[in-house]
Amino acid sequence: MTTAELQRVELPPPGRGRHEAGLPTPLVGMLLFIASEVMFFGGLFAAYFNARAAHAGAWHPPEGGELDMPLAAVLTAILVSSSFTMQFGVAAIRRGDQRGLRMWVGLTLVLGVLFLLGQLYDYSRLGFGIGDGIFGTTFYTLTGFHGAHVFGGAVGLTIMLARALQGQFSTANHVAVEAVSIYWHFVDVVWIALFTTIYILR
Amino acid sequence: MATTTLNPRAETYQRSWVLDWLTTVDHKKIGILYIVNSFFFFFAAGILALVIRSELAVPGLQFLDEATYNQAFTMHGTIMIFLFIVPVLSGFANYIVPLMLGAPDMAFPRINALSFWLLPVGGLLIFSGYLFGGAAAEGWTGYNPLTQAKYSPGPGTDLWLIGLTLVGTASILGSINFIATIFKMRAPGMTLFRMPIFVWTVLVTAVLILLATPVFTAGLIALFIDRNYGGSFFDPNVGGSPILWQHIFWFFGHPEVYIVILPAMGVVSEVLPVFSRKPLFGYRAFVFATVGIGLLSFSVWAHHMFTTGFVFLPFFSFMTALIAVPTGVKFFNWMATLWRGKLSLTTPMLFALGFLSMFLIGGLSGVMLSSPAVDFHLQDTYFVVAHLHYVFFGGSVFGVFAATYYWFPKMTGRKLNEGLGKVHFWMHFIGFNLAFFPMHQLGISGMPRRVADYSPDAGWTILNSMSTAGAFLIAASIFPFLINVVATFINGERAGDDPWEGNTLEWATSSPPPPYNFDRLPPIHSERPLFFLTHGHGHAADRPADVDEKPEDDVQRRGGAA
Repeated sequence: MTTAELQRVELPPPGRGRHEAGLPTPLVGMLLFIASEVMFFGGLFAAYFNARAAHAGAWHPPEGGELDMPLAAVLTAILVSSSFTMQFGVAAIRRGDQRGLRMWVGLTLVLGVLFLLGQLYDYSRLGFGIGDGIFGTTFYTLTGFHGAHVFGGAVGLTIMLARALQGQFSTANHVAVEAVSIYWHFVDVVWIALFTTIYILR
Repeated sequence: MATTTLNPRAETYQRSWVLDWLTTVDHKKIGILYIVNSFFFFFAAGILALVIRSELAVPGLQFLDEATYNQAFTMHGTIMIFLFIVPVLSGFANYIVPLMLGAPDMAFPRINALSFWLLPVGGLLIFSGYLFGGAAAEGWTGYNPLTQAKYSPGPGTDLWLIGLTLVGTASILGSINFIATIFKMRAPGMTLFRMPIFVWTVLVTAVLILLATPVFTAGLIALFIDRNYGGSFFDPNVGGSPILWQHIFWFFGHPEVYIVILPAMGVVSEVLPVFSRKPLFGYRAFVFATVGIGLLSFSVWAHHMFTTGFVFLPFFSFMTALIAVPTGVKFFNWMATLWRGKLSLTTPMLFALGFLSMFLIGGLSGVMLSSPAVDFHLQDTYFVVAHLHYVFFGGSVFGVFAATYYWFPKMTGRKLNEGLGKVHFWMHFIGFNLAFFPMHQLGISGMPRRVADYSPDAGWTILNSMSTAGAFLIAASIFPFLINVVATFINGERAGDDPWEGNTLEWATSSPPPPYNFDRLPPIHSERPLFFLTHGHGHAADRPADVDEKPEDDVQRRGGAA
């Protein structure tokens, strides 16, 4: 075989995906990452339900502790509304509205930080710890890992906000905002599942 | 031969050799880093295997005490599986998959570098237990409650947990990268059903890693919380469940078995057609069998837990036996590929044939163990050790060596010496069977695994001595391999672009390929674009619909003779 026999097919520039139709490559990466995160939380939820199924008697916090349902409901409202503000930000940059993007991403970040502060406040008043039996272990592990993911999302939002303030995004070029928004919605959905499981299905 | 590619390198920023390798995001260099790193861990874990076999050669404790022995087999298993077999196959996939797809690189080159660099860090953390009062010593499965802080104090187990979390994260990030690459980076004309089988096996493997490994990570973190923060996930005294650990571990651990075997099957499916001068028999059936194994692998985990009494035996027994069906389909494909082929018994071909015979034995003993009645008798005996080594070593490691001999010319531009390669193969093959075949009999006669000593009256001495001799023969077989690699680097036979007359696109560029791999590609009408480039599409009936080829072209290509 010699060089001459290779028929010439033009290639795109290096570093660019070939299949520009369909989902952009960074979003594919983000969705796959979220798939792995779903399985991670699936493992934790499995541990939770396994413990509850094996648990004799009522499933309640250890002596002297009680879950703060009203505070958790407020935190849920905060996180769910932050998903909406995030989506308004995405809609804004799709229209090319940079000012709207900055405002909505900033608001989402504020709501996310509020959620984290509220969670820490909740932890400080619960009256039981991670070492207090299987209830404490599962409660703090599940909500704690969710909180860590909210923190990760807040870091992503901060980067998006910093880039938005520099005017780096436009109608055509804002895939990072889309990716962070998908992640943020995922974190929100995990919280809804956690709230339902831990606070409502008691 | 002239290079087939115009080198696209412009005036690049020059870095020193060391800095270049430390900061590279080129999938080929990262692939080589993966492979070299994995072989270092292979030799370390191999030395541990020799330590274990030396202790077991005759009854009595000669070299080690029980505690040290426990650390040795735990580190051997952990390192071999998590830091050799999985990453070395990822390394070959890293190097070859973008080339096979006609892509310039992976979809996320910098994440690719991150997934590699987490590996040596994780591996060294796991090993560093030896520096802090003893490595983890609970077996690679880390069963509870033995792994609880009460029974395994000391930082060895914590380092094991942290190291495995890093290694797991590395493979999750790698799997995201492979899937995105395969779906987004294929060359024009490279449809899914024209991808080489190796790429298909890597795709299914990546999906298994993506979905199974995070569950294991959750379990590792839960155990870490139990040990260090007073948690009670796996402590039955305060509402936890040790069986939960087994479920989590094997929900990951059984797909893991297919994670290490599927890419090796892919390698064999590339090697056999090339050295039989035939296309792979039943390409589509092979693809569906691979996908089928991937799906079924999530429904068989509890066959590791038959004797716990907490699993529904008929279901898991049936599903386990069922997974032999797609595997059987593959064996049929491989046999039919060889059938009436023009075989050339080069070293990669010998290792591929070694894979076929040895993996068959491992597969059959697996089907035997799928029967609960047999499994209750053989659980935790040397029969299981024999089975898993025939699958991991006879299967995956033979596949790794087939890949090494097959793709070494592409990676370095030089061909490994065939004579030394054959010496390596035969020593390896004989040593392997000598080491592991007697273990079947030891297991049936009741020798438990993970013990440092046995009674001289048990009648196990001769078989154990044979096994130890086999282990040292395997170790000796590494020397011709290493001499071969070093000698080839210094003064090996030049390979040219396509030394094996390959079928797939990696052979359509220079050896080693330039950065970004291709400027130009041949037309892709099938899973063997290179074969059709040199040999034509043959009969009109075999011709893909989108090939516009006149019979005269075919005649001309064959040098004018009809």
